[in-house]
Amino acid sequence: MPPTPTAYHRLNPLTKAVLATVGSIGAFVVGGYVGPIVVIISMLALASRAGVARQLLRASVLLSLPIGISVVLVSVFTRPGATVLFTVGPFDATVEGVDFAAQTIVRLLAISLSIGLFILATDARAFVLDLERRGVPPRFAFVALATIEAVPTLVERAGTISESQRARGLDAEGNLRARLAGLLPLVGPAVITSLTEVEERSLALESRAFSRPGRRHLLWSMPDSDGERAIRWLLVLALIAVAVARVADMQVPGLD
Amino acid sequence: MLRLVDVGYRYAGYARPVLHDVSLELANGEIVGLIGPNDAGKSTLCLVASGLAPGSIGGELTGGGLEIDGDPMAGRPLYELASRVGICFQNPATQLSGVAGSVFEEVALGPMNLGLPAGETVERTKAALSTLGIEQLAERSPRRLSGGQGQLVVLAALLAMRPPHLVLDEPTAQLDPEGTRLVGEALRRLAASGTALLIAEHKTDLLAELCDRVVMIDGGRLVDSGPAAAILGDPGLADRGVEPPTRVQLERALAGTGLEARMLPP
Repeated sequence: MPPTPTAYHRLNPLTKAVLATVGSIGAFVVGGYVGPIVVIISMLALASRAGVARQLLRASVLLSLPIGISVVLVSVFTRPGATVLFTVGPFDATVEGVDFAAQTIVRLLAISLSIGLFILATDARAFVLDLERRGVPPRFAFVALATIEAVPTLVERAGTISESQRARGLDAEGNLRARLAGLLPLVGPAVITSLTEVEERSLALESRAFSRPGRRHLLWSMPDSDGERAIRWLLVLALIAVAVARVADMQVPGLD
Repeated sequence: MLRLVDVGYRYAGYARPVLHDVSLELANGEIVGLIGPNDAGKSTLCLVASGLAPGSIGGELTGGGLEIDGDPMAGRPLYELASRVGICFQNPATQLSGVAGSVFEEVALGPMNLGLPAGETVERTKAALSTLGIEQLAERSPRRLSGGQGQLVVLAALLAMRPPHLVLDEPTAQLDPEGTRLVGEALRRLAASGTALLIAEHKTDLLAELCDRVVMIDGGRLVDSGPAAAILGDPGLADRGVEPPTRVQLERALAGTGLEARMLPP
């Protein structure tokens, strides 16, 4: 297992997954400003304790930016409202449009921070093994892990193929068109090599009893505690309560 | 004992069989070399001897079958076969599971798949690493191994399943001389521990060092079988598409000059 440098890293992976899920869904369900901003502050505080605040903020802003810009452009100029701030051609920018765009952006940021924190501060292998320990079938766990672990291998292979194609005169530098043209000779070998390897790997795994049905006795278990279990349940119950309140169109004091 | 009796095999979608009437016995602790020109059927024979053909890759046996310790293996689930015969291929990178964070986890995967208790899995893993002399790699990431080290980890992973028979399809084909030497030493240690080995190889130097017996396949049929020295020293070997061991080539070259070659003690 990798070193676990902070208290947040030491949390059980399921607790971190529940935090990310409740943060994301909570921000979406509650809406308004207060709810998502509470999520944003909480996630940044946790990220700060985990030592990944700067990384998380940068990744979340970068991820939210393209959608944010689209939302601002569409909402500000197309949302009907009584107060017009300014006019661009046939479009009126309204206060209501700005308000809607701002609410959407804080939600987006809350969601990306929640998920981003989970990804940055959770070892994917630990998460999958913990799920297997909780009863998820080993085959599912293997497929999930193999998918996660395949990414760096594919990137490494794409780099090797790209270098060998360049050595044979392929021009993959320069403008967008040249780069796109350079992708084609890369994709074919990368896909075919991967498929060939899958066949040999599946035979090698058969030779190691991979297809045996039933549970496995895992060598590792992630730390878990009654306190964490209680926190998980409280978070889930809080989310359900808020969702029910929203569906019933009840006033949730202080949330809007 | 692993036994193939009059085996014929045809790949799925092929009109004609690629193996014909192959009979082969691999006694416990014996090392048998398998040689032959390209496309002779060596890899197919390895797949059939390990039960993966037709068990996993499909196709059909057109005759005979695989027996281990007198038990016919036809129709047995592959996970049951895994603890009786293991197979090692050429490329270590494609045989590693791709999901293990360390060499220890990689080697432990097989025993875990067998459903063994955690204590026994740990004991088998440590023993396999120790037998192959790679305990120092236990904490290393499987992604960061040389070719030779990777192949040793693959062998350890198979060994941890404790199969009495191992089939190796050109286990040193992608290795440099140092990697080949490491794997050769490991195979010798495996055989000394009682594991029977069937090794398909183009590197006849390795087979000359390791094998008790060598069989030759050509056109999907076993065409020769005998003590390693006799088969690998056959003057017609090169004409049959197999490069003789360096020592044999040297002896022949010297014989023409009237000089005699003698092995010096190591």
